[in-house]
Amino acid sequence: MRANDTTQYIIEVNELTKQFGTFTAVDHISFNVKRGEIFGFLGANGAGKTTAMRMLCGLSYPTSGSGTVAGFDVVKEGEKIKRHIGYMSQRFSLYDDLTVMENMELFGGIYGVKSKPLRDRATSMLERLNFLGEKDTLVGSLPLGWKQKLAFVVATIHQPDIVFLDEPTGGVDPITRRQFWEMIYEASSQSTTIFVTTHYMDEAEYCHRVSMMVDGKIKALDSPQNLKRQFEATSMDEVFRTLARGAQRGD
Amino acid sequence: MRGFIKFVKKETLHILRDSRTMLIALLMPVVQILLFGFAISTEVNNVNVAVVVPKWSEDIRQSVNKLAANPYITYKGAIAEHDIDRFLRSGQADAIVFFAHDYDNIIQQWKTNAAGKPSMQFIMDASNTNVAQAGAGYLGNILAGELQQSANLVETHMLFNPQMKSAFNFVPGIMGMVFILICAILTSVSIVREKETGTMDVLLVSPVRPLSIILAKLVPYFALSCINLASILLLAHYMLEIPLTGNLGSIIIVSLVYLVLSLSLGLLVSTVAKTQVVALLVSAAVMLMPIVMLSGMMFPIENMPAVLQPVSAIVPARWYIEAMRKLMIQGAPFGLIMKDFIILVFMTLGLLAIALKNFKDKLQ
Repeated sequence: MRANDTTQYIIEVNELTKQFGTFTAVDHISFNVKRGEIFGFLGANGAGKTTAMRMLCGLSYPTSGSGTVAGFDVVKEGEKIKRHIGYMSQRFSLYDDLTVMENMELFGGIYGVKSKPLRDRATSMLERLNFLGEKDTLVGSLPLGWKQKLAFVVATIHQPDIVFLDEPTGGVDPITRRQFWEMIYEASSQSTTIFVTTHYMDEAEYCHRVSMMVDGKIKALDSPQNLKRQFEATSMDEVFRTLARGAQRGD
Repeated sequence: MRGFIKFVKKETLHILRDSRTMLIALLMPVVQILLFGFAISTEVNNVNVAVVVPKWSEDIRQSVNKLAANPYITYKGAIAEHDIDRFLRSGQADAIVFFAHDYDNIIQQWKTNAAGKPSMQFIMDASNTNVAQAGAGYLGNILAGELQQSANLVETHMLFNPQMKSAFNFVPGIMGMVFILICAILTSVSIVREKETGTMDVLLVSPVRPLSIILAKLVPYFALSCINLASILLLAHYMLEIPLTGNLGSIIIVSLVYLVLSLSLGLLVSTVAKTQVVALLVSAAVMLMPIVMLSGMMFPIENMPAVLQPVSAIVPARWYIEAMRKLMIQGAPFGLIMKDFIILVFMTLGLLAIALKNFKDKLQ
């Protein structure tokens, strides 16, 4: 299943730009993401994170520039990209009126996973989470933390090369966030690439590498340690404040 | 294709688990048919009538007896001339029949010359115009009927609906409304709900083609509407005794086209609306109001101001209801509704094209 195993980079982006009329939402960004890496995509609201991510997911065409995701061209092969990625939205979007198992079967089925292996995989994933007993529970009656974990499981049920996580830890308590990051590490150790946007600067510390976006441009990109050294900061929060000081857009 | 079936199953589960909505969707047509068929009616019954008779005669006595025996009339007795105003004002009578002083002579003159003075006067309480109009009609038929027939003036036949049942008129209107409600409103709300909860994003990132997401959504609502079509036709035929003679096929074909049209409308609304509340409001304002007001369901199109008549032509329900009236009540052959049918087909194709184009544009 793994496409294009020969390159080291699973995401390569070169001068990617998106304009809406005269407004440049994403302004010539270039970066690479390694296979199995946890890549943090940071920025204030309105910095262009979501637009950039939509282009990488094949949902939106770039105005100019180029890039590949899982070996496929973001301009021409959006549909192929969709087969090789997973996506978890910030609202942990699942169907509240379907059961845990029905959600997993629906989303697995969408990605063409056959019924038998799908069932086995779903069962083993739930077992690992000690959640098999709740497989026939309606998702709507689950607590938020469980919905979050389930949304991650559903996003990875078809064993994608890359998972895009759009602010995946909003609204949950610190312990649940910690547990969630353990799940991310586990997926990463099985060579799934994690592309995560977040507001929480302490979470940025968990990433292998972090990019900081300000006003549509990538202002910094390195490991958290190197960034802190470069900006002579003690925390990622401080790095971000330094970078975002000159921002024109957002809040 | 497998993905498509999974989606249809998912949509069906959504509907089945939302038992309240399903109950409303299935019961609403039944309740409306029963309401309009039996409870709400534009027929005027029990017109309260009192008579003023200055001088009784055998002819007058017979006329009054006929009046009192009529099922649409409630006879309130004979009153004095100076009580007329009080009776009408207090609501004890809706109508007064005032016989002429020389009634017998006048009738005699009419019979010999076929001309003469009025023999009686109807004084109506016109504060309720429906009752006044219908009441005057009843009184004219009952009291002047014999006279007119003897003078061989007019003979009236009520074709297609000899008992003038208002339910006959309402059933096509209810069909026009129910299908819009179920297909258009429920569909648009269900699509917009996925935008609101964010599941639409997840679906759009997946390899499923957006068109199949939408088509899969339409399937269960289409099925639900077919059940409704069946229940409406059964009720109309067996409870309201609408004949439906010989053209059931035409009724079903035209209705199916109208179902697709309603689904396209729902799809169109869902591409415009961002939240479920907006979807509901847009549906109600843009679809329900024009149907009730402009489709001819309640108010005859011919009576509308000249400005509104062309507006009513763009309300799809107008053509559907018109076609249904001809098919269900007159038993007209398919050829006679060809115009309505062609207009409906073109409207459907147009709406579907706009909806799908809009839907695709929104994705970019």
